[in-house]
This record gives sequence, structure tokens and C-alpha cells, in this order.
Amino acid sequence: MAMRAALLVLASVFLMTLDHRQQHLETMRATLAMVLYPLEYLVSLPATAGNWASDAFAARSHLISENENLRSRQLKLEARLLKFDALLAENSRLREMLQSPRMVDERLLVAELLAVDMDPFKRQAVLNKGSLAGVYRGHPVLDAKGVMGQVTEVSPVSSVAMLITDPSHAIPVQFNRSGLRAIALGTGEADRLELPHIPNTADIRVGDLLVTSGLDRRFPPGYPVAKIQHVDKDPSQPYAFIVARPTAELERVREVLLIWPDHLTETSESEAALGEDAPEEMAQEAPSS
Amino acid sequence: MSLAQHSLAQHQNGWAIIASFLVAMMLTLMPLPDGAEWFRPEWVAMVLIYWCMALPERVNIGVAWIMGLFLDVARGALLGQYALTLTLVAFLTIHLHRRVRNFPLWQQSLAVLVLVALEQLLVLWVKGIIGQSPNNWLYWAPSLTSMLLWPWMFLVLRDLRRHFRVT
Repeated sequence: MAMRAALLVLASVFLMTLDHRQQHLETMRATLAMVLYPLEYLVSLPATAGNWASDAFAARSHLISENENLRSRQLKLEARLLKFDALLAENSRLREMLQSPRMVDERLLVAELLAVDMDPFKRQAVLNKGSLAGVYRGHPVLDAKGVMGQVTEVSPVSSVAMLITDPSHAIPVQFNRSGLRAIALGTGEADRLELPHIPNTADIRVGDLLVTSGLDRRFPPGYPVAKIQHVDKDPSQPYAFIVARPTAELERVREVLLIWPDHLTETSESEAALGEDAPEEMAQEAPSS
Repeated sequence: MSLAQHSLAQHQNGWAIIASFLVAMMLTLMPLPDGAEWFRPEWVAMVLIYWCMALPERVNIGVAWIMGLFLDVARGALLGQYALTLTLVAFLTIHLHRRVRNFPLWQQSLAVLVLVALEQLLVLWVKGIIGQSPNNWLYWAPSLTSMLLWPWMFLVLRDLRRHFRVT
């Protein structure tokens, strides 16, 4: 038996090395995940049944008030959408003038979370859509309020997403107000991201919004990621200590959005175009002053 | 029961073993409130320890290895991490099963504490090697909860084994 145990231990070490260094084990993992899927589904049934029951037995008055709320909300959103259409048109016109076409509309897919806490030291979630629905490795995952993470493993009917708070996740971001670029690292805690290597002198305030910069060619640019929660500028330290809070409700949502970013390649061009703008403005300003 | 009958009757009702592992896996996957997940007992390891102790010729290290692979996928861990640790836990349990089987329940609990803590230590090493080591004393809480739950778990599984005559 000792011989067999030694063989199995060797096999495990071999598997771990393969899994850590390369991505050859995806099919094996996907097959095993397929076997586990019914269990995951069963375990998520009570929550699903609870949701269904609360829908089915909701009081009429409650439904009426909810309906009214939703209706007024929809009206507001539609009014905003009218403006959005105009802005969309204007944006594409402006982009045409800059010769940098960029699609604003992206393909969307709604998925549901099956499980969230598989290991307390990792921040991951299991989604109920897999490669049959077109999900791929590195697929950006969002909720209604911001970026949630990206897909790391895909099986035919389910997938695993790594959340932006996972300790091994990093996402390139940009300060919406100042345009400063940074990288937001997950910490393993639920509502906390850290931004390392930002000098003490950088223009950062509590409440600043971080959006995706799109430089990773994985997340589409311009989606909100986090808000600055705490800035500690200690003069004796070379870098400021900055903590941000994800805008997405990572621990609360049940439905998430998977988006297909198109035309990611245009970001660099548009930035180059913006870069060219600066001297022009200077040139225009010069004669007037 | 004569020997011939015994060997004929051998390997019966294996579905009870499979069912207990399925339930353990479901308890592992079950969502818990935010603070409680730290204290989730190592259900799969506990069920494995029980069967290795009760039927070592039936549930061997090969079973442990396969359950470990499933646990790896369920927890999103490195493939092989739990396969390695559960194999070693099963190996030790089978090695000691004659002694541990005759311990009183509280002493068995202590043995389970040591075995689960060993499993967690190995996982900690693997995590340390790939640079994801958790720096929190709560990491060790599952060993304690496994120890505390062991007597109940043992009685339930023993009744299951006797009731369905799993051999």
C-alpha cells in the first residue's frame, strides 16, 4: 500500500505542477466540473426555491407598490436613454471626426451565480453559463454597478469566475477624475482593493471613481470598478497607501452580466488620437493669448 | 456466517458509501453566511476517515485520490492539491485503523483533529509554494470544528453502515 500511496502522491504533485505552470488540464477540470454540476445545482435549490416562494406568496399590495416603483424607474431610465441615444450618436460623430471608430454597444449575456464561497481564501463564484453559451476564459463579468471579475474556468454548462477581490487578481484602472492610471489588486477581503506604487504626490481624493482602462485588452474600457475609500500619505513612505471599495455588489448579487468586448484594439488608437489633440489646443491657445 | 458466505456477501451496498460522499460534497459546496465559512468542517476528509477506519479493504487510497480531485474542482483549488492531502490522510488512517477503531469517541476525535490538521498543514504548504498563503489564525478553525463534530458524524455513519449492512 505504501508503494501505491507514493505513486498517487507523485501523480498529485505532477498534476499540481502541470496545473500551475500550464493550462493543459482544462478539459480534465471541465469534465470533473460537469460531474459536480448536479450537486452544485441541488445545493443552490433551497435559495432558488426561497426566491420563488417569496415571489409566489408576495402580498398583492406589495406587488402593486413594487410595480409602481418599477414603472416610475423605467420611465426615468427611458428618459435618460433618450439622452443616451443622442449622446451615442454625438459620440460616434465625434469619434468619426477623430477617425477612431469604436462600438459602444456590446453583446450581453445574463448568468446566475450558483455558489460563491468555495474556499474562504479565494474570491470566486460559480456561474450557470458555460462554453455552450459562448463563455470563454477571461470573459469579463459585471453586475449593474460595476466590474465583478473574469472567468477563469469553463465547462460546457457552468463556469468559475475570479472576483476582483481575489488575492491573485489585478485589474488595470484609471482615475475617472484625474486620468491617472493604476493597478487595483485584490486583497482576499470582501470589500477591499489596494492600489500599490502610487507616489505620495499623486492627485487622489477619497471618493474618486476608478474605471477600467482597457489596457489589459480583456476588460472593456470605461466601466466603474471601485471608489477610493481611504488614502494614507505618509511622508516617510515612498508610496501612498490607498484602499478602494468595489462598486459592484460582489457579495450580494445573484444575476451577473457577461459581456463581449468588441473593438478593444481601438483603445490605443483613440488614446493616441487624444494625445495628438494636446498640441493642437496649445497651438490654438497661443495666438489668442 | 461461513467464510464462503462472507466472501459472497462482500462488497454490498456500496451505494451507501457513495451517498455519504455525495452528502459530504454537498455540505462542502453549500453556501454559508459570510463569517461562518471559516468554520466549515472538512466534511469530505471526515467521511473518508470514517470509511477508511471501518472498511479499509473497501475504501482505499485510490478512492481518497479521486475524491480529492473532485474536491479540488469543487473548491477551485490547484488540481491535485486535495488529491495529495486526502491520499496521505487515508494512508495514515488505514495504517492506524486497528488502533483508532477501538479508541473511545473522544480519543477518536483527537485523532481526527490531528489528521485534519495535517491535511490543512499540507494544503498550507502547497498554498505557500504558489504564493497564496492565508495569514489568519482562523485558517485552522476547520480542524477544531471537525473534531467537535466527529462523535455525531461517527454515530450517524455507523448507524448507516449497520442499518444497510455495508460491507
